[in-house]
Amino acid sequence: MSILDTIQQTAAGVVAKLRPDAPPDRLIGRKHGSIGTSLPRIDGPRKVRGEARFAAEVPAAGLTYAALLHSTIARGRIATLDTAAAAQAPGVVLIMTHENAPRLKPPAAFMSDPRAAGASDLPVMQDATIHWNGEPVAVVLAETQEQADHAKSLIVATYEAEPARLSFAQAATRSRQPESVLGEPAIIRIGDAEAALAGAAFQVDLTFHTPRHSHAAIEPHAATVWWEGDRLVIHDATQMLHQTRWTLAGIFGITEEKIRIHSPFVGGGFGGKGLWSHQILAIAASKLAGRPVRMALSREGVFRVAGGRTTTTQRVALGANADGTLAALIHTGTVAMTTHNNCPEQFTFPARHLYAAGSFLLEQRVADMDMLANTFMRAPGESIGTFALETALDELAEAMRLDPIELRRRLEPEQDPTSGHAFSSRHMLAAFEAGAERFGWSQRNPVPRGRREGEWLIGMGVAAATYPYYRMLGGAARVTITRDGYARVATAGHEMGMGTATVQAQAGADRLGLPVEHVTFEYGDTALPAGTVAGGSSQTVSIAAAVAAASAKLIAELLTLAGNDSPLAGLSAGEVEARDGGLGHPEQADRFESYVSILTRAGREEVSAEADAPQPVETQRYSMHSYGAQFCEVRVSAVTGEVRVSRFLGSFDTGRILNPRMAASQFRGGIIMGLGLALMEETEFDERSGRIMNPSLAEYHVPVHLDVPDIEVIWTDIADPHAPLGAHGIGEIGITGVGAAVANAIHNATGRRVRDLPITLDKLL
Amino acid sequence: MTPLSFARAADTAAAIGLAGAPGARYLGGGTNLVDLMRETIERPQALVDVTGLGSAIEDQADGGLMIGAAARNTAIAEHRSVRTRYPALSRAILAGASGQIRNMATLGGNLMQRTRCTYFYDDAAGCNKRAPGAGCDAIDGFNRIHAILGASPACVATHPSDLCVALAALDAIVHVEGPAGARSLELVELHRLPGGRPDIETVLAPGELITAVELPALALAARSTYRKVRDRSSYAFALISVAAALEVAEDGTIGDVRLALGGVAHKPWRARMAEAALRGGPATRSSFLAAAEAELVDAAPLSHNGFKVELARRTIVAVLGELAGDAA
Amino acid sequence: MLVGGLARLGLRAGPSPRDVPQNGATPPAAVPKGVDMPITINGQAVPIPVDVRTSLLDLLREQLHLSGTKKGCNQGACGACTVLVDGERILSCLALAAQYEGRSVVSIEGLTPDGELHPLQRAFINHDGYQCGYCTPGQICSAIGMADELRRGVPSAVTADLAATTMALTGDELRERMSGNLCRCGAHNGIVAAIAETFARTPAMAEAAE
Repeated sequence: MSILDTIQQTAAGVVAKLRPDAPPDRLIGRKHGSIGTSLPRIDGPRKVRGEARFAAEVPAAGLTYAALLHSTIARGRIATLDTAAAAQAPGVVLIMTHENAPRLKPPAAFMSDPRAAGASDLPVMQDATIHWNGEPVAVVLAETQEQADHAKSLIVATYEAEPARLSFAQAATRSRQPESVLGEPAIIRIGDAEAALAGAAFQVDLTFHTPRHSHAAIEPHAATVWWEGDRLVIHDATQMLHQTRWTLAGIFGITEEKIRIHSPFVGGGFGGKGLWSHQILAIAASKLAGRPVRMALSREGVFRVAGGRTTTTQRVALGANADGTLAALIHTGTVAMTTHNNCPEQFTFPARHLYAAGSFLLEQRVADMDMLANTFMRAPGESIGTFALETALDELAEAMRLDPIELRRRLEPEQDPTSGHAFSSRHMLAAFEAGAERFGWSQRNPVPRGRREGEWLIGMGVAAATYPYYRMLGGAARVTITRDGYARVATAGHEMGMGTATVQAQAGADRLGLPVEHVTFEYGDTALPAGTVAGGSSQTVSIAAAVAAASAKLIAELLTLAGNDSPLAGLSAGEVEARDGGLGHPEQADRFESYVSILTRAGREEVSAEADAPQPVETQRYSMHSYGAQFCEVRVSAVTGEVRVSRFLGSFDTGRILNPRMAASQFRGGIIMGLGLALMEETEFDERSGRIMNPSLAEYHVPVHLDVPDIEVIWTDIADPHAPLGAHGIGEIGITGVGAAVANAIHNATGRRVRDLPITLDKLL
Repeated sequence: MTPLSFARAADTAAAIGLAGAPGARYLGGGTNLVDLMRETIERPQALVDVTGLGSAIEDQADGGLMIGAAARNTAIAEHRSVRTRYPALSRAILAGASGQIRNMATLGGNLMQRTRCTYFYDDAAGCNKRAPGAGCDAIDGFNRIHAILGASPACVATHPSDLCVALAALDAIVHVEGPAGARSLELVELHRLPGGRPDIETVLAPGELITAVELPALALAARSTYRKVRDRSSYAFALISVAAALEVAEDGTIGDVRLALGGVAHKPWRARMAEAALRGGPATRSSFLAAAEAELVDAAPLSHNGFKVELARRTIVAVLGELAGDAA
Repeated sequence: MLVGGLARLGLRAGPSPRDVPQNGATPPAAVPKGVDMPITINGQAVPIPVDVRTSLLDLLREQLHLSGTKKGCNQGACGACTVLVDGERILSCLALAAQYEGRSVVSIEGLTPDGELHPLQRAFINHDGYQCGYCTPGQICSAIGMADELRRGVPSAVTADLAATTMALTGDELRERMSGNLCRCGAHNGIVAAIAETFARTPAMAEAAE
């Protein structure tokens, strides 16, 4: 399949045209269930006791520890690799280089096939070629980590360097238009936007720059792997279980059934926990050594082996009519990428759906560089795209002497401005208004530098948040009811802290009419029915759709089991609902039989049904997005330029909220990562060497406790009638708009516009 | 980490004896050395644990304070004499690292900590400090955190300590003992400017051990403070820091002053030119600014750290203004 | 489970980590062996590792299989490895185990003797003071050590009056004192709320907060 067929399935589009709308999920209107309650995390006690076991913590007899030697050039060949001293070092079990590594097929790159997980399609340690600075050139296995690390330091590598594409500015002069951007066109032209801009009453035409970012999950990437004969067992930290299994099967030339991957706990993912070279190298080395391998990347190793968000330059030009409507919306730019991956950081996506305009020019280009493959990171595209777009909108509002929220009122579209589709559920202005009221937006002095306390200049800013609704294809679920009236819901889903395990238990409980404590959600294991990628904020609804399908099948089977002696006799699956621990007619209270009764009478211990999720046809018919308004108050030192975020409020419109306690955490988490994006985060890529120079949590700054104020989050809680559970994914929207909200607040405080992230103090002196 | 041996020293003499072994290094709290060993930047063959040696913090008869080199940072920062008589020192320590690290790190180790230059940390980069003669990749690289004063073509790294900046301002005396006996020197003489040998960072002879730091009696130190400017609000190294003590006479003139800067040089930077400009002059914003200018006149910024000159100027003025209170 | 699996397949199981021979890395004879003064970990005496390079963190995780203490950076920059040594919070990744001979270490597994949840652990659950759970044990151990520092009157970088003898339990005091524990999921608000609630309730802290 081509990349066009991945996230937004064109096949689904064909189906969508033939079928009417599916009826809204019956759970949307359901009251008194577990959904909507603030159930604490099911895995909470294990996490606070330190009992949650992560990939690098799985014990194994005969375990060996891996260390990686990284290349120190960006492109060229290994000239010599002297491993003699390392081989003599105490405890060494194996040294693997391209000379003795098993022959492996290249990984299928993510987006090249819906089942693919490879971060790039570069061969892994198959020859002397070097493709990026930091590429692993040797793996050392030893009896202890200390021995492996020491032996690695004894390997002497020399290289024949070749010219490499390391300057983004130079690479951008030879940029290309990608075949597509996540299945959508790389360029959208509606009308003649440049001409409309030139003729507009008000214009802003601005250039933005955003740096590379690191996911910086506190758990470094790790895998503990071993072979049991020809079967492969992997304990991984991953957000794409089945895709990893399919891809590894291709690399190692074995069938998927021979591979089992466990990933019950992931110590933060944010898009970064995919299939990189370290798992492949661990598996290969384990095969050579005949011993289990623990590949726990060092923090530096994470920066060298697992890519992050790429760098961009963006242009946003807005042409406004005197009445505050847009004549032209231009958002174009270039991202750094490699020829071995396909992750073009979709920064123009917000501009495709947010605002009405008379004309559009939206174009993404990529500049090929010799670097570690970049990848998806929390709200890829939207996080940095909204920084540019929403800062530009603030600048336009200022030029027009309009309140920024009033400007957005005038730009509210009736239907999706570029696709023409109806919105499934859009209440963005309601989110702005609720947020403005709660935050006290009316207290903002529109004149910059208008508020000061001592050396601190105080300002307020606002920006829109937006993220698409995605539902991934390929997911399945199994639902099992047992004779004691309990249920198990199973799918190879992922729990990286989003609350998946808890919310899916809640959803399963309501789906089956059981109390939540009677429902177990099983996940994190490829032995379970296929899960979908935990990405694109899609997992909640992707699983919910599969569970709904499996539950419908199960209910039909239960009715068959119940037979003619049941009060349910004569009712079809469509005529009953799951309630009160069994099935019943929605209106006739006496036509009910409990699961316990049905299974007991049938003499069954349990009954189970498995089904695939239906095609995501809703996304073909509707423009489906989440929205929000981010409000920020900053204090900027007039002496040092230090910025302190003193207040923050996020107001969101993301469909129905399934668990307020955890939803608040997801929103806050996104916002806090957005504070990092706005103020401090930058992966330093030395363009002379292609080397990342701050591969460390000491020098790659993420927000610390003192950087984070109390963050208020509110939501509309309006269900989307076209989404399973009425819900939208909420993992990513929180980070969108934050960069602009902070930048706009800094402008309001200081009068300074900074269009180059991060907004460090030197840019404000 | 290279294989190595470990021994705990029972007393100073034993420590110095043990340190005579080939490739031996003194080990304090380990917060810097263990990290550098793991990076293989430091490859000692033997560690001599000196955390069991003198850690007392004792008031001296002459009004000074003697602090054993094994005193933990937290213990110094929370000590009542430090908080009341040398608050700049307490504040400098509290501005550094994290609670956990302050509980581990020793005074002696803090004095001996090494730069955070990212090219020093990366063994793929050219670094004259790590590998003499290898060149300096920082000069034309990411040098935003680097030196603006006293650097050389061989090295533009900065000393990362907060604590040392306060000590530099407070006229601290470092007591050392080595195979050749005991001696003492001013803190500001302990660290070297890089010159052609950035790999040699202090004037200590091989085997010499810092045993104590003495803070002389200094009345104006009670009116001292420390301000640190960094890229996030906590748990980050200084871009610029200022330690200062100020005494303003009744007539509004500056009786005495101590001023030191961090984040600007290969060593904690005692701002003697600024002090000279200030002494006897009026405690006004314009004289503070003139003093800052006097100190920074020789500043030689690199491609990314030009802001430090302005930031240092502003921070000096703000800190002196704060100490002067209404007088400014 | 795996051990059985390997045995069935006839694989040679390697030596258990505690018995790893240190050929070549054998320390000189001058080094104290530490047998007389072991480390106490969660109340149990544990011999000092023979390999001097072994950090307290790796002793816990790899040799004792106490994996509740987390390795986030192994360079003293994230706080995930925080444990309590004689009641004080430290970073176990920067601590060579050999240096902690005779000391008493408490890790997340040993916070309460009976396996009951510590009040702070309960508060973390109630306030959703985590997401992925990886930084959580370090946050909890750090907060317990921090609370002790507050009670003792240790000032912080945001303490206005250094001469004060009691420290206030303000939001900024907690945030500054907890800044050595990174959280990337963004659970900061819940973490601070859980700590504030827990320690505001203890008598000594309530006194200090007044």
